[in-house]
Amino acid sequence: MTEAPKYFDEMFWPDGTARVPYAEYSDWFGTEDVRRLKRKSAQAEALFRLTGITFNVYGAEEAGERLIPFDLVPRIITAQEWTILSRGIDQRVRAINSFLHDIYHRQEIVRAGRLPAEMIAQNAAFLPQMIGVAPPGNIYTHIVGTDLVRTGENEFFVLEDNARTPSGVSYMLENRETMLHMFPELFSKVKVRGVSQYPRSLRRALSASVPPKCEGPPTVAVLTPGIYNSAYYEHAFLADQMGVELVEGHDLRVVDGRVAMRTTQGYKAIDVLYRRVDDEFLDPMTFSPDSMLGVPGIMDVYRAGAITIANAPGTGIADDKAIYSYMPDIVEFYTGEQAILKNVPTHRCSEPDALAYVLDNLADLVVKEVHGSGGYGMLVGPAASKKELAAFRAKLMAAPENYIAQPTLALSTVPILTNAGLAPRHVDLRPFALASPGGVEIIPGGLTRVALKKGSLVVNSSQGGGTKDTWVLED
Amino acid sequence: MLGKTAGGVFWMLRYMERTENTARMIDAALRISLTRSSAAESEWTSLLTTTGMLGAYYDRHSAVDGHKVINFLLRDPTNAGSVMSGVELARTNARMVRTALTREVWEAVNECWMVLKDMLARPVREQDLPEILQTIRQRSAFVRGSLHGTMVRNDIYDFARMGTFFERADNVARVLDVKYYILLPSIMHVGSASDNVQWETILRATSSTRAYQTLHEGEFDSRKIARFLILDKRLPRSLAFCYGKIADNLGYLAEDYGERLECHTMVDQICNRFNTTSIDQIFEYGLHEFITEFLIDSQRLGQQIEQDYRFIE
Repeated sequence: MTEAPKYFDEMFWPDGTARVPYAEYSDWFGTEDVRRLKRKSAQAEALFRLTGITFNVYGAEEAGERLIPFDLVPRIITAQEWTILSRGIDQRVRAINSFLHDIYHRQEIVRAGRLPAEMIAQNAAFLPQMIGVAPPGNIYTHIVGTDLVRTGENEFFVLEDNARTPSGVSYMLENRETMLHMFPELFSKVKVRGVSQYPRSLRRALSASVPPKCEGPPTVAVLTPGIYNSAYYEHAFLADQMGVELVEGHDLRVVDGRVAMRTTQGYKAIDVLYRRVDDEFLDPMTFSPDSMLGVPGIMDVYRAGAITIANAPGTGIADDKAIYSYMPDIVEFYTGEQAILKNVPTHRCSEPDALAYVLDNLADLVVKEVHGSGGYGMLVGPAASKKELAAFRAKLMAAPENYIAQPTLALSTVPILTNAGLAPRHVDLRPFALASPGGVEIIPGGLTRVALKKGSLVVNSSQGGGTKDTWVLED
Repeated sequence: MLGKTAGGVFWMLRYMERTENTARMIDAALRISLTRSSAAESEWTSLLTTTGMLGAYYDRHSAVDGHKVINFLLRDPTNAGSVMSGVELARTNARMVRTALTREVWEAVNECWMVLKDMLARPVREQDLPEILQTIRQRSAFVRGSLHGTMVRNDIYDFARMGTFFERADNVARVLDVKYYILLPSIMHVGSASDNVQWETILRATSSTRAYQTLHEGEFDSRKIARFLILDKRLPRSLAFCYGKIADNLGYLAEDYGERLECHTMVDQICNRFNTTSIDQIFEYGLHEFITEFLIDSQRLGQQIEQDYRFIE
């Protein structure tokens, strides 16, 4: 009588019993009144508004600041699952840093025939200005957010390696604070690993990456495009939590070969700059000449070893969607091990055979722009109308090299709280890793994004997604 | 701390103080217009002059009308000097300097913005006005209180406090600048009932009525009122009090940074004038001239602080 479920639900087996990691939570939930929980949910929203955890929507005038909806049912991961995930992420982050060093130096991976030369030479994310530059400890990407999806009990896939300026960590931290505040009793029942050490770990990782010219205790600062940026809240939050200055381009200038910030007592040199400004805006003298967000001359200072920029310029090539399809080779080439975490099978539309396959199976595939992000410009075949498929087909044929295609994954679901009680919705997971010359640290938790619309597979906040607290259980 | 941050906290508190002062002045003008309808129009006009927005008002409206003035000063989005615009600016500054503030201070500013945005979303009706004016004053006091109760006493705090006292002194001086003639001795009106009402307006606009009465046994006298608002250091809104505070905060900065700058010399001069001048000497010199010069000096000092502490490049 019951229809076989198409998707793996992380909380309930098809027969309605709770999976082991959710057993205690499920018992607790059974004793709760849904109306009380809905009231709690409204309180949480009021708290987020007061705290100012909002994001700016470009082009939306009046309601310029929005909240990302928060769902109060946690996403729970067991200690065993986490062990595998964190080992896999650690391996990938190490491989990515080795890869970045290699492609900006000898390009051994190309010489070895494991990566076609044009993947680098013709890639817009490759920065020639970085050739021969070796950042402290050879760390290029200090902060990585690895997007994972799950399709079964033991089936995890990496969807994307966000190696340039991953965002969302403030939600990981604030969601946990909110849950602790609302349901303290839950945390005495269920042993959840903490995440609040993240800002300290971040500061430690940044301080450990000091440039050679730094003397004394390192001065760290966060560079933001300003209060109108969609992630400004996070920039301010991280600077505040780390106890460092939050600077904008107009606070900075190059003084005596160092990048310095204008303080009330004159210019003070910065040793490590955690920038949340994209490469192309970083230095108007090197990249976009009309950028007001960056610091003229910072690239010269960087190349002279007088400042550390985190993440390094040019790291974007490692999370490029075309490079992504080579990640299993990249991991193996630099670590000598098989990749622990699987890639989603990816068709590179630049290759004629792959393109033919994609065109034949468009209605079953997800097609993404190679340089796109935020869920914009992508096609979800099974959800698209005939008209949308035809329009996309034309775009794809006009510039196949701009696209990759992947099978539509049966993303796992976790319930959300609705007026009618629990209802399953699709989720993904972005844990955060910090790399420094001392090693890689992975915070046990992450950002769980959830598609609030029934049946939707798109979890991006810009496309109506919400977030959940993510619990990694203690052993 | 960043120069930009110093400027941000300074202006955040200036805007908060300004919105509170506008609420006080509307309250005082409303009182007059309700009790003496013949004086209503001139009172609203004088309020627009004090806030420096008479010209902007006439760009939008052809005649002075209480309801229109109130809405113009409280919520007109085209009026950069309205209470709502001031609260928006205070919050924008608070967001910009978020890392320099405690969570309490930020939330006090943010909540002030959320509450007033809602209250001032529609044209203000007369019956709602008392509650709105009270809310504005309470919310501003809440920000000041959070600052006082939770912030570390360092340079950030000094710049914030200076913002409050700069704006407050400026406001009291403007009230006096527009109303000075009421306080001048005149053969026609000496001791008349009309004088008493006018004098009371000045005290009401600066929330000093009760303090004045307590300290002067209820006796209304123009010279005593002027002395009270300009020179009496017991009144937390007098020019002398505000400048005493500004001098203190600049002094802490000099100590902290180990450096005396041009602004320190300037503030000493201004304070010195308050300490060595009597109210009789001020009236002899000319009340209006004294106030005008004070406003100019005050503006110069503000610019000097901005430059000395690198608010902008």
